[in-house]
Amino acid sequence: MVVKTDLEAASANDKPSTGGQWLSQWHNYNFNLTSQWFRNQYDSDVTVWSPQGRLHQVEYAMEAVKLGSATVGLKNKQFAVLIALKRAVSELSAYQKKIIPIDDHIGISISGLTADARMLSRFMRTECLNHRYAHDAPMPVGRLISLVGNKMQICTQRYDKRPLGVGLLVAGYDDQGPHIYQTCPSANYFDCRAMAIGARSQSARTYLEKHLNTFLDCDLNELVAHGLRALRDTLPNEVDLNNKNVSIAIVGPNTPLRIAEDPDLSRYLSLVEGEERRGGASATGDAGGPAEGEGEPAAQVQGRYKR
Amino acid sequence: MAFAGNFMNPAPLWHNGPSPGAFYSFPANTTSMGPSRETVSDFKAHSATPITTTTTVIGLKFDKGCVIAADTLGSYGSLARFRDCPRVLKVNDLILLGSGGDYADYQYLKDIIEQKIIDEQCIGDGLNLKPKSLHCWLTRVLYNKRSKMDPLWSNYIVAGIQDGEPFLGAVDKLGTAYEDAAIATGLGAYMATPLLRDAVDKGPIDEETAKNVVQKCMEVLFYRDARSFPRYQLGVVNTNGVTVSETIELKHDWTLAHMIHMK
Amino acid sequence: MSSIGTGYDLSASQFSPDGRVFQVEYAAKAVENSGTVIGLRGKDGVVFAVEKLVSSKLYEPGANKRIFHVDEHVGMAVAGLISDARQIVETARSEASNYRSQYGVPVPLKYLNERVSMYMHAYTLYSAVRPYGCSVIMGTWTDYEGPQMYMLEPSGVSFSYFGCAVGKAKQAAKTEIEKLKLADLTVKELVKEAARIIYIVHDELKDKQFELELSWVCKDSNGRHQLVPKDMAVEAENLAKQALADIEDSDEGDI
Repeated sequence: MVVKTDLEAASANDKPSTGGQWLSQWHNYNFNLTSQWFRNQYDSDVTVWSPQGRLHQVEYAMEAVKLGSATVGLKNKQFAVLIALKRAVSELSAYQKKIIPIDDHIGISISGLTADARMLSRFMRTECLNHRYAHDAPMPVGRLISLVGNKMQICTQRYDKRPLGVGLLVAGYDDQGPHIYQTCPSANYFDCRAMAIGARSQSARTYLEKHLNTFLDCDLNELVAHGLRALRDTLPNEVDLNNKNVSIAIVGPNTPLRIAEDPDLSRYLSLVEGEERRGGASATGDAGGPAEGEGEPAAQVQGRYKR
Repeated sequence: MAFAGNFMNPAPLWHNGPSPGAFYSFPANTTSMGPSRETVSDFKAHSATPITTTTTVIGLKFDKGCVIAADTLGSYGSLARFRDCPRVLKVNDLILLGSGGDYADYQYLKDIIEQKIIDEQCIGDGLNLKPKSLHCWLTRVLYNKRSKMDPLWSNYIVAGIQDGEPFLGAVDKLGTAYEDAAIATGLGAYMATPLLRDAVDKGPIDEETAKNVVQKCMEVLFYRDARSFPRYQLGVVNTNGVTVSETIELKHDWTLAHMIHMK
Repeated sequence: MSSIGTGYDLSASQFSPDGRVFQVEYAAKAVENSGTVIGLRGKDGVVFAVEKLVSSKLYEPGANKRIFHVDEHVGMAVAGLISDARQIVETARSEASNYRSQYGVPVPLKYLNERVSMYMHAYTLYSAVRPYGCSVIMGTWTDYEGPQMYMLEPSGVSFSYFGCAVGKAKQAAKTEIEKLKLADLTVKELVKEAARIIYIVHDELKDKQFELELSWVCKDSNGRHQLVPKDMAVEAENLAKQALADIEDSDEGDI
């Protein structure tokens, strides 16, 4: 006899619609009533396929991305922009860095396990440097991403590794113009017109989808404003964007990647200041976990990986 | 540290069992990478001389592109051993490559470069290798080999269009690299360079002038260089792309030869 | 499924009492969740068509292609987990490149297929790894052997085919392919058939958006694998849409 447990029903609700193409459908589970302890016996290792052809360990790693604070990436015809919401673990701590420069023409914004992101960013920096050394030219963004994808795939297939629990938004500029890429723990990556990842990012994606067609032709200020509005939609009502918790990075033609510092940062923030806020935060599609400090949920996730 | 293990050579997946890599190398199973674990033998012979050689290759920039020319003789010492050794190569639609020196070393690098281009086409992102990049890459390869005291015994001229502008650069077997509007390697460095520079210094030249100057140089070199040959290839790169000619036959006239007396 | 809960289906290195390796079968399930991919081998070449499902409007059109070049003369269309498939593509590319550097000629597909199959099979032998969650179709055309096509499965098994389909709607696609006289059709005709089949088998209710990818390797392309020229691809896609509309019209007529 099989039933669907409450636990399962609950967790099925906060599954994302955009787990990417990793697996398109969330199948119904049948669970053995007598073995609630083994609620899912196929999720212990990344080397185990479930009968439905899914990799639960990889899907769990995808969940880690939603524990990080939200970040948005978007581009117009010339510029690629990253906007990230930073968190502070406590009143006394500094805000955790969210945007990492990779090279003059590439920057990443992270969501998920920061330590994993640092590993990846070191890899990306090395690849960019090597490409410059050997070819006297900046690394094409798409090629860097495919290297990252291939690197990340390996640890989704081996018993002695775990998938990286981090999602990246990559902003870059090369001969083919500006790019926004999204990478996932599943080793999938997507060439995006705009994208948002992290906690409550569904609201931001909704905003981006709605205004998608205006991005290409708007100027840099408008672009940043769109990004800020998208990011603001992920916030609970009592919180707002300010020059402490927002990070903005811009890259474009003859514009090496720069992370906006204060006079600029405040100017960008003033673009959307005082605007009426839409009820984005309450209408989140993905639960993505409450907005705790980045450190704490990350620790929980890490605990989950321990065997 | 003991827990972390050796980063470059991670422990096998398990001990006392068949290793997956034994059946087929898994990616990231880097046991085959990292510092070499071969025992170092006490002596190792390196190539200290070229074997089958080719002579001068010359390159010249003009207003909208570059030309490269090189004859087709492969010499075995002073013996004119092989008569059809093409060494002007179309790399892609932007790059032309010419080589002089050890012919086998050139063929070795040619295969690698051609595979580089195939790899790039396979990626299919529409990006093409640019002449500056190839020039830089060749520099790294040649310098690296010479630093191991085992040089690839050949010189290269890279010509091409870099972001709309003509590019002409040279790398020698030691990894010395430079860009110039007129380049000649080998014996031609002594005899063709002045002629080429003369032409360049008079002001901007067009494609036709450039070809004529190069032809003149090939003629002079044929008369003066004992390892040269009257058949050569001419490569042109301009905004329309890259073309490498069929073999061109030089006209030569030795009726004056009896007047030259060696003492 | 009799396999679930028996404990014999948790490792690729374990047989079940009735002699099956369930982990390999489960990996094949991952392929069946993917968009449909078909390969058609005609008179003068091979045509690939892919139903690439697009899960978000935010992605660039044409991103995450499922058709790859392995070498100048070999194409590969993939179904299943794209990140797994890219590893297979990389392996195939390095095999092709290695063969070229050793022998100075393009790798014969028969040989390449053997090597890549062996690679995929190696991942079905050990508990420390999992089988690949993808199937791939490889095709080529050469002057001396004509068109050739192979399909490789997660188990490492591969066969040569005249026509093959894999992914969500493989049954429906196979039924359509079987109606074709493949050996008599040229690639130009096959491109239209391939586009039509992908449009017909696409499930509009379950998967809203998709992109059609078409490529070929044939006599006309000088044995090079390339995307079907744009005008021809557009024409094939329009015909496919028309064919689909006709079917829907006649369905409504029946009611």
